[in-house]
Amino acid sequence: MADEPLILGIETSCDETGVGIVRGHTLLADALASSVEEHARFGGVVPEVASRAHLEAIVPTMDRALAEAGVTIADIDAIAVTSGPGLAGALLVGVAAAKGYAVAAEKPVYGVNHLAAHVAVDTLEHGPLPEPAIALLVSGGHSSLLLVDDLARGVTPLGATIDDAAGEAFDKVARLLGLPFPGGPPIDREARNGDPGSIHFPRGLTAPKDLAAHRYDFSFSGLKTAVARWVEARQRAGEPVPVADVAAAFQEAVCDVLTAKALDACRANGIETLVVGGGVAANSRLRALAEQRAAKHGIRVRVPRPKLCTDNGAMVAALGSHLVAAGVAPSRLDLPADSAMPLTVVSV
Amino acid sequence: MLVLVVDSSTPAVTAALVEVSADGVTSRASRCTVDARAHGELLAPQVDAVLADADARPGDLGAIVAGLGPGPFTGLRVGLVTAATMGQVLGIPTYGVCSLDGIGHPVAAGEPVLAASDARRREVYWAVYDGTGQRIAGPDVDTPAVAAARARDLAVTAAVGDGAHRYADVLDLPLRAEPRYPDAVALAALAAARIRAGAPSERLTPLYLRRPDAVAATGRKPVLP
Ligand SMILES: [Zn+2]
Repeated sequence: MADEPLILGIETSCDETGVGIVRGHTLLADALASSVEEHARFGGVVPEVASRAHLEAIVPTMDRALAEAGVTIADIDAIAVTSGPGLAGALLVGVAAAKGYAVAAEKPVYGVNHLAAHVAVDTLEHGPLPEPAIALLVSGGHSSLLLVDDLARGVTPLGATIDDAAGEAFDKVARLLGLPFPGGPPIDREARNGDPGSIHFPRGLTAPKDLAAHRYDFSFSGLKTAVARWVEARQRAGEPVPVADVAAAFQEAVCDVLTAKALDACRANGIETLVVGGGVAANSRLRALAEQRAAKHGIRVRVPRPKLCTDNGAMVAALGSHLVAAGVAPSRLDLPADSAMPLTVVSV
Repeated sequence: MLVLVVDSSTPAVTAALVEVSADGVTSRASRCTVDARAHGELLAPQVDAVLADADARPGDLGAIVAGLGPGPFTGLRVGLVTAATMGQVLGIPTYGVCSLDGIGHPVAAGEPVLAASDARRREVYWAVYDGTGQRIAGPDVDTPAVAAARARDLAVTAAVGDGAHRYADVLDLPLRAEPRYPDAVALAALAAARIRAGAPSERLTPLYLRRPDAVAATGRKPVLP
């Protein structure tokens, strides 16, 4: 194990400044600084606030990661950094930091895809990923279904949200219900005391005519609107809003669609491994429903622990480690931050 | 002592190596590219290039000087994060200098001068320097007309910098051709006393001058259109 490469990963695509260190598939450090509280009063991530926070956090977060792993930067074999997709100004801080470290320490740098990193992080928990696999990535910024043939060279997008990201729907419904931002954890908590069958909310893009054109795509905008209509009708009538029931019914609608489409993708492609990642993968109902439905078809579900599902530096290091092991060439020093980096590109 | 200078506060992306000795500051290698949208792509390769030009390695550096702005946020951060991360790896001190000083200080010659860079949104980042090169007003961000009025109050007789060229008609002052962008040797010279004294490393806090654009959500808004 000691001769496996030591890889450092830097993540700044949204509001988390992450620095992770791995050796092979072994996680050595996962240091994180979050600006989430600075965004809470705005009800969403403010890009400039996030970028300013990354600049302040990067050096101390790096110090913590090195101390946690008990290594120095001279020991590192390569530096991986999220170069996209994400918030342009936020990505740029991480990419410039990675280059600063790479130039000063004379190390190679890999600009990598954030979504591929969400898949790769599972190798830290469950070992090498059987390929091909299906990956369901759901967070506040993305909702994608991918076919992972070769994580080092490229993934094939099968579908994605056509409007809101799943996590965004959680945030908006949480706001409707007077719950804090980000909305995922409080809705999950409330839903435990609610009845998911008490209200039937719509499942976007599941009608036969929608499935023909959008078999693996998602839509959460109609669901969000349906919840808003239901809640506002109650409020207009002067009746109390059953927060736990609304949370449970909304969460059920989201998890139903996500798991149904992900397992459909597995079966249609004859694939036995489903990896779930992104912040919404921390949702307890999503994990339970995915396991329950997959078990019926002999499909194995791999979901990393919640701390690895949300954005962090370890996932970037994990992907960097995979690229180095696969013999992929490092990026050039002029690698750009690409806020719209396509899924088919794993590293630049 | 070999010192790296970086500045990304203006459309010019600058990396330079200078030698700071007891007698003065001399340039060893310099790269400057004017491209307002490629700071992130350009700076690190330029740092690499000046090291190669001077036949030096990162470990040969004794200090890093960075222009703190003011400047448009996204580009400005590239220089500061580059300086901070390199300083951290190399264990060498980092020093900040107001980027406008790198424009206004070198041209001061007896009479007050206005230094201005482009702040976009039809505004300029500006400062005024007296005849000895001391900053006596700013840095601030204002419309060119406001900067011009402040400059007149301070008996300014000339203007310098890219922002002064861009708004020459509003400022209505004689223009100095150079430096158009922060001068690396001047930035190093302004930090030379600290470098020679081995002053403690400084946190490189950007001179943003503007607050982030963000509208606070006011209570619970209906989600329906
Ligand atoms: Zn993410």
